Amino acid sequence: MRYHSPTSFDEAVGIAAKAQGVTRFLAGGTDVLVQMRAGAVLPDDLIDVKKIPGVRDITRTPDGGWKIGVAVSGAELGAHEELCRDWPGVVEGMELVGSTQVQGRATLTGNLCNGSPAADSVPGLVAAGATVTVTGANGTREVAVQDIPSRPGKTSLAQGEVISAINLPPRGENAGDAYLRFIPRTEMDIAVVGCAVSLRVDGHKIVEARVALGAVAPTVLLVSDAADALIGSTLDDAALEALATAARAACKPIDDKRGTVEFRVDVAGVLARRAARIAYDRAKGVSK
Amino acid sequence: MTKNGSSEFRLVGTRPNRPDGLDKVTGRARYGADASMPGMLHGAVVRSPHAHARIVKIDTSKAEALPGVKGVVTRADFPTGLTGEDWDLQENTMAGEKALYDGHAVAAVAATSPLLAQEAARLIEVEYEVLPHVIDVDDAIKPDAPAIRPGAADHSVPEGSPPNVVRYLEFGHGDIEAGFAEADLVMENTYKTEATHQGYIEPHACVGQLGADGKGEMWVCTQGQWYIRRMCAAVLGIEAAQLRVTPSEIGGGFGGKTTIFMEPLSLALSRKAGGKPVKIVMSRSEVLRATGPTASASMDVKIGMKKDGTITAGYANFRMQGGAFPGAPVDMALYCAFAGYKLANVKHVGYDVLANRPKCAAYRAPGSPMGAFAVESLVDEMARKLGLDPLDVRLKNAVREGDKASYGPTFGSIGLVETLEAAKAHPNLKAPLGPNQGRGVACGYWFNHGGETSVSMAIGEDGTATVSVGTPDIGGGRASIALMVAETLGIDYDDVRVNVVETGALGVNEPTHGSRATFASGKAAVESTNQAIKEMCRRAAAEWGIDPEAVEWVNGAAQPTSSNAGKFAPMTIKEIAAKMGSTGGPISGHYEGLPSGVGASFGTHVVDVEVDPETGRTTILRYLVVQDAGRAIHPAYVEGQYQGGAVQGIGWALNEAYIYGEDGRLQNPIFLDYRVPVASDLPMIDTVIVEVPNPGHPYGVRGVGETGITPPLPAIANAIEHATGQRIRHLPISPPKLLKAIKSAAPSGPTLQAAE
Ligand SMILES: Cc1cc2nc3c(=O)[nH]c(=O)nc-3n(C[C@H](O)[C@H](O)[C@H](O)COP(=O)(O)OP(=O)(O)OC[C@H]3O[C@@H](n4cnc5c(N)ncnc54)[C@H](O)[C@@H]3O)c2cc1C
Repeated sequence: MRYHSPTSFDEAVGIAAKAQGVTRFLAGGTDVLVQMRAGAVLPDDLIDVKKIPGVRDITRTPDGGWKIGVAVSGAELGAHEELCRDWPGVVEGMELVGSTQVQGRATLTGNLCNGSPAADSVPGLVAAGATVTVTGANGTREVAVQDIPSRPGKTSLAQGEVISAINLPPRGENAGDAYLRFIPRTEMDIAVVGCAVSLRVDGHKIVEARVALGAVAPTVLLVSDAADALIGSTLDDAALEALATAARAACKPIDDKRGTVEFRVDVAGVLARRAARIAYDRAKGVSK
Repeated sequence: MTKNGSSEFRLVGTRPNRPDGLDKVTGRARYGADASMPGMLHGAVVRSPHAHARIVKIDTSKAEALPGVKGVVTRADFPTGLTGEDWDLQENTMAGEKALYDGHAVAAVAATSPLLAQEAARLIEVEYEVLPHVIDVDDAIKPDAPAIRPGAADHSVPEGSPPNVVRYLEFGHGDIEAGFAEADLVMENTYKTEATHQGYIEPHACVGQLGADGKGEMWVCTQGQWYIRRMCAAVLGIEAAQLRVTPSEIGGGFGGKTTIFMEPLSLALSRKAGGKPVKIVMSRSEVLRATGPTASASMDVKIGMKKDGTITAGYANFRMQGGAFPGAPVDMALYCAFAGYKLANVKHVGYDVLANRPKCAAYRAPGSPMGAFAVESLVDEMARKLGLDPLDVRLKNAVREGDKASYGPTFGSIGLVETLEAAKAHPNLKAPLGPNQGRGVACGYWFNHGGETSVSMAIGEDGTATVSVGTPDIGGGRASIALMVAETLGIDYDDVRVNVVETGALGVNEPTHGSRATFASGKAAVESTNQAIKEMCRRAAAEWGIDPEAVEWVNGAAQPTSSNAGKFAPMTIKEIAAKMGSTGGPISGHYEGLPSGVGASFGTHVVDVEVDPETGRTTILRYLVVQDAGRAIHPAYVEGQYQGGAVQGIGWALNEAYIYGEDGRLQNPIFLDYRVPVASDLPMIDTVIVEVPNPGHPYGVRGVGETGITPPLPAIANAIEHATGQRIRHLPISPPKLLKAIKSAAPSGPTLQAAE
């Protein structure tokens, strides 16, 4: 195995483009190193992105959005007050990842690129309308987060492409987001179902909404029917029921050791309702 | 909380720091994987990916050709002709003709580094002919199930039984039909529990060294160094006396480290590699795939009850699989099932069944939690139906001293009634319950054990004491033994050091199992101490020129009695020790034997749960353990045992289970998916130590380690029924299972309330 520590994304791209065998980028390593230890993935080239200047920065963009470096850890996200005020749902998704120790290392980018359908930070990013900046041999492009995972364990990135930043749009006024997951225990578990809701209100009325589901399909789902169930409502019981029904209808889960199809579909609706209530209260400034 | 308010003792009943505590919190303690020897090699094990397969061919040539590989072993390197349990141990250590479960070892390799050993293991080519397999106990007992080991049945099995039944038992007393006829309510149900793993945090690890001369050594994480010695010697065909086994500190065992797994492989590899020591450390997935889980069980129970709660008859028919080897604890499960009830009429039937799973090992009160789940669930269902308080029903039928036990013997001093009364009086029983909340109670039992015991103690030149015990300290045994020895000698706790010693230092000791260390090694240590005291009195008497009978031991000193009282100043242990070299040489005490007077321990648990009716997720709100300790030598460690047992039982009840795929492979050999409870899942576990002293122990000790895992399984199922109206008779009560039950009961959507 060759270990590389490039000091620019272009250099990283150059190494990745030339690599022949199994290639992995190394951010926090909380997936990659565990997979290596278990013998599940034995990379020929391991490209550490943490030595690239700026990868640990969280910066406000001129339009009021955010640019998050690819090596920013969960703990660093959680400690950033302004970001937490803007996107509490995104941050709470990332903060659910692992334990205190894992939080010191794990990154949003790693969580996304590991490609698990159950990745906890991804529904929040999708609901937020986040994008990633992808750097390749021919420069950079911006891709919606939901277009990165292609199937379990795989991404749509081409060989020689690396994610160089995560971009969150400006939050704006009267908006809130939330993420909830179902696990049988209280921590150190993989989401059986995850759901994020982001919305904006005008008075009591919801005027914008995005709903994303995790762990109920091969990749994260952005469910527009579920969003439509919310838009125009005041989150009354009928809207919540319509939301749950739409969320359930979108699920294409599997039966496995972590949960049954029936259970996942059912709980997706429950979590959608609960997450929508939290996002709504946040949007109205009733809670944090 | 402890009820031990007595000041009868100076040290017994106090809570000093454990002698091994500082080492453990500073990382200085040496666990199994910390052993390291000059020239040491590293071993890796090749394991079957199939649940049941004939081993057609093993080609080790590529592995052997890899530079750095020093030895490869297969079953061909082991002696033949073993029988009975020795053959089972050998077969489980290394598969012979067939791989019997996913994870069964088929070859092992030693190399100069762990990575090289793993690479070499991947180069070993095994050709399998996959055979039909069977996993579930109810499937395994079918007449047409794949026969796993024809001929493995013992004489107890009736002719014409299904092929995987290897042991049958039947016992009881009275006339159950007459008993059922007397009852106002007779109910019968089937209950199932899944296999769970002991879940010790420290994986199995050892360094083994064995020369061509048959002399060897082993450093190993174990509950029983003599068992390791005997079993390794048997499996490898060497002499037990030539193998010296030193136990490490132990990061949990719960019964699972009372037997061998990869230990003989390290010795066999060492012998192959010219006697170089070989270290093997299991990964977590190896631990889950190939070391002792407990058995899974399918159980029918039938009970007759009168309107006032009196139980008129009990019948239990249990089927248990303990893997591809005989030894599921169906006997223990049956002995314990009705142990808390005074029954005139009771009958038990049991089947030990083979399945394509790892060989089960002991797990905390082996069998008892399953039996309790079945019986204590049904008793609760019946009490509910008759509108009776579940604690009162148990009190009405509770066994007391002198009663004939459901499994035959007559009970000596026991404290079941006392635990029930203490539970009734506890404030948790008055805590109000909200919507979707429920309360469950259940009792549990374990016999406890004495067993082969050898202990030495010696007085140091400065008047301190060293105790050598053969029981590895998994539950605070060293602290408790030091307290008892210091109490008896009349010296400070800190002036006693208790060492867990290697096999060369004492006669044979059984492992730390059966909750026996503080009882058996403790009793032996007190007897040894009394011998040393007698000798110290003799030395003082000789110096004073009086009859040794006229000297007594008071507060750490010899003093003259009766007619000599006051004639000589007391001679302290320090004074006697300082000159022992010139008064007759070393002073020590020794005990070996089978300590009698074992005291059984009953417990009563009360749990409050809340169920999320929309997800089926159960939260433990309050948990109370009340258990009879006999006497709590070190109450904090007694409480720790109660809490630990309860937590393991909670895991078993709610989420832990071996999950197999259609292919017979274990799907969750990792702690991410084998879900033991995490700290944030649990409230503080409340404890009440009941003390009904055991007359068979100098300080009244019963064992406390095992009973605590028994009641949680039914107590939680009982609480969940109280909260949801749903009775789940198949563990674990995971969210998908419970949600399904809730929804099928209320198809129009859940509308739940507390039952009270
Ligand atoms: C104990 C434990 C608990 C966990 N709990 C959870 C949990 O609750 N929820 C959850 O979702 N996950 C959990 N995880 C998984 C893991 O921690 C997360 O997925 C984490 O966010 C991964 O981030 P990382 O920085 O460590 O990624 P790494 O391991 O460094 O990388 C992961 C993947 O991302 C790729 N990658 C990294 N950076 C880039 C880049 N810039 N461009 C392109 N590809 C890149 C790598 O090639 C690799 O394939 C847990 C892991 C552990 C060990």
